[in-house]
Amino acid sequence: MSFLEYRVKFAPTGLRKVLYLNWPLIVLIAAVASIGFLMLYSIAGGSLDPWARRQMQVFAVGMVLMFTVAMIPIWFWRGMAGIAYLIAFLLLIVVDIMGETNMGAQRWIDFGFMQFQPSEMMKFTLVMALAAYYDWLDPKRVSRPLHVLIPVLLIVLPTALVLLQPNLGTSLMLILAGATVMFAAGVSFWYFAGVIAAGAAAVTSVFTLRGTPWQFLRDYQYKRIDTFLDPSADPLGAGYNIIQAKIALGSGGWSGKGFMQGTQSRLNFVPEKQTDFIFTTLAEEFGFIGAFSLLALYALIIGFCLVAAFRNRDRFSALLIVGVAANFFFYIAVNLSMVMGMAPVVGVPLPLLSYGGSAMLVLLVGFGLVQSAHVHRPR
Amino acid sequence: MKPTARDTEESKRRFNRRTLLLGGAMGATVAVLGARMRHLQVDQAEEFRLLAEENRINIRLIPPDRGLIQDRNGKVIAGNEQNYRVVISREAAGDVELVMRRLASVIPMTAEEMRRAIDDVTAMSDFVPVTVAERLSWDDFSRVAVNAPVLPGVVPEVGQSRRYPLDTDFAHVVGYVGPVSAQDLEGIDTPDPLLRIPKVQIGKIGVEKWLEDILRGRAGTKRIEVNSAGRVMRELERQDGERGTDIRLTLDADIQNFAQARLGTESAAAVILDVTTGDILCMASSPSFDPNLFVRGISHDDYTLLTESDHRPLADKPVSGAYPPGSTFKMVTALAALNAGVVTPDTKVRCPGYIEFGNRRFNCWKRQGHGTVELNRALSESCDVFFYDIAQKVGIDAIADMGRRFGLGQRFDLPVSAITSGTMPDKAWKLERQKADWRIGDTINASIGQGYVLTSPLQLAVMTARIASGKAVVPRLVRMIDGRETPIAEALPLGIPAEFLDAVRFGMHEVVNSQKGTATASQIVDPAMVMAGKTGTSQVRNISAAERASGVIANEDLPWNRRDHALFVAYAPFDKPRYAVSVVVEHGGGGSTVAAPIARDILLRAMSGGLPPLEAYPASQRGRIASMLKELPLRDPVTGKSPVRTET
Repeated sequence: MSFLEYRVKFAPTGLRKVLYLNWPLIVLIAAVASIGFLMLYSIAGGSLDPWARRQMQVFAVGMVLMFTVAMIPIWFWRGMAGIAYLIAFLLLIVVDIMGETNMGAQRWIDFGFMQFQPSEMMKFTLVMALAAYYDWLDPKRVSRPLHVLIPVLLIVLPTALVLLQPNLGTSLMLILAGATVMFAAGVSFWYFAGVIAAGAAAVTSVFTLRGTPWQFLRDYQYKRIDTFLDPSADPLGAGYNIIQAKIALGSGGWSGKGFMQGTQSRLNFVPEKQTDFIFTTLAEEFGFIGAFSLLALYALIIGFCLVAAFRNRDRFSALLIVGVAANFFFYIAVNLSMVMGMAPVVGVPLPLLSYGGSAMLVLLVGFGLVQSAHVHRPR
Repeated sequence: MKPTARDTEESKRRFNRRTLLLGGAMGATVAVLGARMRHLQVDQAEEFRLLAEENRINIRLIPPDRGLIQDRNGKVIAGNEQNYRVVISREAAGDVELVMRRLASVIPMTAEEMRRAIDDVTAMSDFVPVTVAERLSWDDFSRVAVNAPVLPGVVPEVGQSRRYPLDTDFAHVVGYVGPVSAQDLEGIDTPDPLLRIPKVQIGKIGVEKWLEDILRGRAGTKRIEVNSAGRVMRELERQDGERGTDIRLTLDADIQNFAQARLGTESAAAVILDVTTGDILCMASSPSFDPNLFVRGISHDDYTLLTESDHRPLADKPVSGAYPPGSTFKMVTALAALNAGVVTPDTKVRCPGYIEFGNRRFNCWKRQGHGTVELNRALSESCDVFFYDIAQKVGIDAIADMGRRFGLGQRFDLPVSAITSGTMPDKAWKLERQKADWRIGDTINASIGQGYVLTSPLQLAVMTARIASGKAVVPRLVRMIDGRETPIAEALPLGIPAEFLDAVRFGMHEVVNSQKGTATASQIVDPAMVMAGKTGTSQVRNISAAERASGVIANEDLPWNRRDHALFVAYAPFDKPRYAVSVVVEHGGGGSTVAAPIARDILLRAMSGGLPPLEAYPASQRGRIASMLKELPLRDPVTGKSPVRTET
């Protein structure tokens, strides 16, 4: 009898659960998503189509999913963790074999009514699986080599599949989120130090083997790194994205050019403006004030999650919340670094803002899990 | 084994520590991101704002209409015509080659032109319209418009292009326009941005070049917003330009046409001045060329023909040709001597056919000599010895001073290309230029307009006008700018006593109107239009003593480029001078036989306001003159077409 089940009689039941939801978190999420709708409306030149309307529909569906997931007790989800992980893993294999190729990468399974990215699903099923694993594992044994190897495999196997698609951004996210859960679970610092050292060695070899038949990355991935290191070398080619994004950001200034006045994105200078580079439009139209406010909202969302994790004495719940928050954080950090010219362009969307159905749905389901953990926490 | 409550408490504490650490790291990252945001958006904002503007705004220029160049009566010499052209943009065309093949089946286009057009189009960004055919006829143009549905990306456009309706008549004075070259921009400190537009044309020579700033006008601008592909999204602002200013020259298109036709295929120049205003009524240079060829882009073969011809069709001979004036200079020598007081109009000199100075013998053109002559006969019969004699009495410096008073050696500031100042030599000049002392033989040569003396036909016309009026008439080429009369320079008195001028004028009268005058065959018998003039025949070679002994070779027996230049200067009417004329026919032979008849015809054309009236000619010549005038390739006053193009 676990600690959670021991105290379960204190959990709210029925519709009363709604009162125990983490409402500030929901309001913050809705606020950020609304900013996204505004930006998509602006980018389309003051039109709900083609992006804003659909994004709002997806968000509505996502909110329903979030509430649904939140109402279901967290121990049910813990029970589902292994199965969900297996399903996502199988779907990844399927997509590698038969997925639709889009922009040179196989990422989608086409369900007809919507395209689905199993890698998106894997983001949180991985976190669930790891949290469940550490909930099951005796905390004293977390640093034993065999017990470290299992979660490493849980992370590495799906990551390898995602990398094969190829999708560098998402594989990076899986590793970072997985490692964060392991770190929070108490795995010895030495493992992380070792991995970082090995990583540094790997990066070195990636670059030394470039141009040889044994090179690790695809040519376009190398090119992205080159472009990041020196965007001005190829201002109309691959460096174009970064330069134009920076121009959009910088030209926004303190208070921005005003809603719908952003020339850079509206006139198509900024690429992928409705997805990965949506932040540039916000920064251009609302300036530093707008951009920093968004950053603050994101920080608040993460903050509320972390506080919820602190207050949750159930190990599975706490690890799950940290995993979801870490995932959310890494997406933001990598995306913003990318558009601000601090990281290579790796094709990572900005959560809640970027246009995209599965990312939004999966993220809201993730927050649903957070809410479920919060509602059903031991008291 | 289930973990105990203590164990879980312990692991929860560890979890909280680690999570706190994670939260700290996240917070730090957020702080870094915020700092970066601040750096880009606040510190570097200005720089990026500029870059964004540059991205977005394009300024396109609207070329203004070029000002017209008209003759003194408003007849258009240089105008603008609609230029029907076809542009194509790759973006809209899709398959450029297919579209071009279809276009070539609609309008005349050689395979070579088509290939070049395809190259041009593919070399440009796919949204930039490229001109693939120009100067289409209206029929071809409308055929393109009608076939628009099968010609995607092809747009028929109407632009402006320079046209010279009087083609060869004003080629030298007015010049022509052409595409802007790097050379054109070199001399300009801050080039008009208009000049950077492809297809804009700039004056290359002549009035078109020298009054370029007035003619060009000011370009209008439109600020347009473009997207990242360069496609025009909308026009933000439009500022209309100013069309170029119209210019009216002092030239008379009809007289000019007559003069060009009368000079025919000779390598020759003719200038007519209004003796009171200095207005240049005609400034003909022959042979000529069609400036329209240059506007369109002259072919290599045509250009070679023009440059390699020994008649130098491209040279503007009235202003750029420097010729020894020959006997037409004798009035200057005479006036210098009279003014200095070394001779009077009645001073007599004996001409035995030669004169000796030191151990050199200087011949008169008439070997048997003129006998005893005074100024009047010396001019009318063009006795060289008389002028040798008086010149060495008065000295070169006084002659040169007199020459300058008449505009010789002086560069008149007209808006045309390659104006020569000629040479009016004196002692200082020779010392400076030749590093040698002036010798008496130099004075002798200069006294009859040979040796170092060089003058342009324009200068000779100015000299004649000044003799006729007694005032320092200044030539004027531009009559009006934008409908406002340009000021006529005040003609100051020459400071020569009237009696001396009268004596010279009478000598010039006798040249044409006395029995023994050298140009008596070119007399005007109409008493209202009596002409006074002076012939000149200037050598372009040295005649050796041996040749002189065995008899000078006749001009007809010499190769063309060794023959004498034929010159004639004149003014009319004698009693009330109105027009002064100078005619130079390169290697034409004798001034009296070749140049004087031309000068007479042109003067009569100017004075009568129509074709030269036959009654003005001596009765014996009328038949010949009538048939000559009928043969002249004059421009039809109605259609404006020349019966024969002066093809060179």
